[in-house]
Amino acid sequence: MTHFTAVLIFALFASVVFGITQRETPKRMLRYGIYCFVLFAGSAIVLSWVMFLIAR
Amino acid sequence: MATTPNNTAAAKQDSKPGFVYLPLIAGWLVPGAGHFLLGKWGRGALLAASIVGMFATGIAMQGRLYSSAHDILDILCLAGDLGNGLLYVVGRIAGLGVDQVQMTTADWGSRFIEVAGLLNVIAAVDAHNLRTGRKA
Repeated sequence: MTHFTAVLIFALFASVVFGITQRETPKRMLRYGIYCFVLFAGSAIVLSWVMFLIAR
Repeated sequence: MATTPNNTAAAKQDSKPGFVYLPLIAGWLVPGAGHFLLGKWGRGALLAASIVGMFATGIAMQGRLYSSAHDILDILCLAGDLGNGLLYVVGRIAGLGVDQVQMTTADWGSRFIEVAGLLNVIAAVDAHNLRTGRKA
């Protein structure tokens, strides 16, 4: 398993729980879940590039 | 004085017979069980799949199941593991997880198991809020 695959699996499971527990209606749960997933995965990609550029 | 929807929901839930902390305890012991008890089958199934999936992924990555704590970080990790409820107990009895982390993926696996426990606690508290009417 690559680090990025692990990030995506982690983001998926955590986003499902956050979406269901932090919002009240199914539509808002879905939107918040997607929002959390994008933030998890997006921040991992951005931080990876930052670390890559720092290490050069 | 006008009654807000949340107050109405709370009053309706409080009038339900039975032990008010049952969904909280059941949800902690078995992921999703608190929501199942309240008839929230879809939410319960998704929560159970996510939490058990994260725990199983952690075990598959050779993550560590903490049994004792020697410093503050170990205590935090053990607390996270205990959030898994019966999954932790079954894992310990079955001898799942490793005693010493020797690979990078095993370190990630340990974090998966701990976060699964913390997410399970959030789900159990959500079930309690549904039971008390704090959440619709």
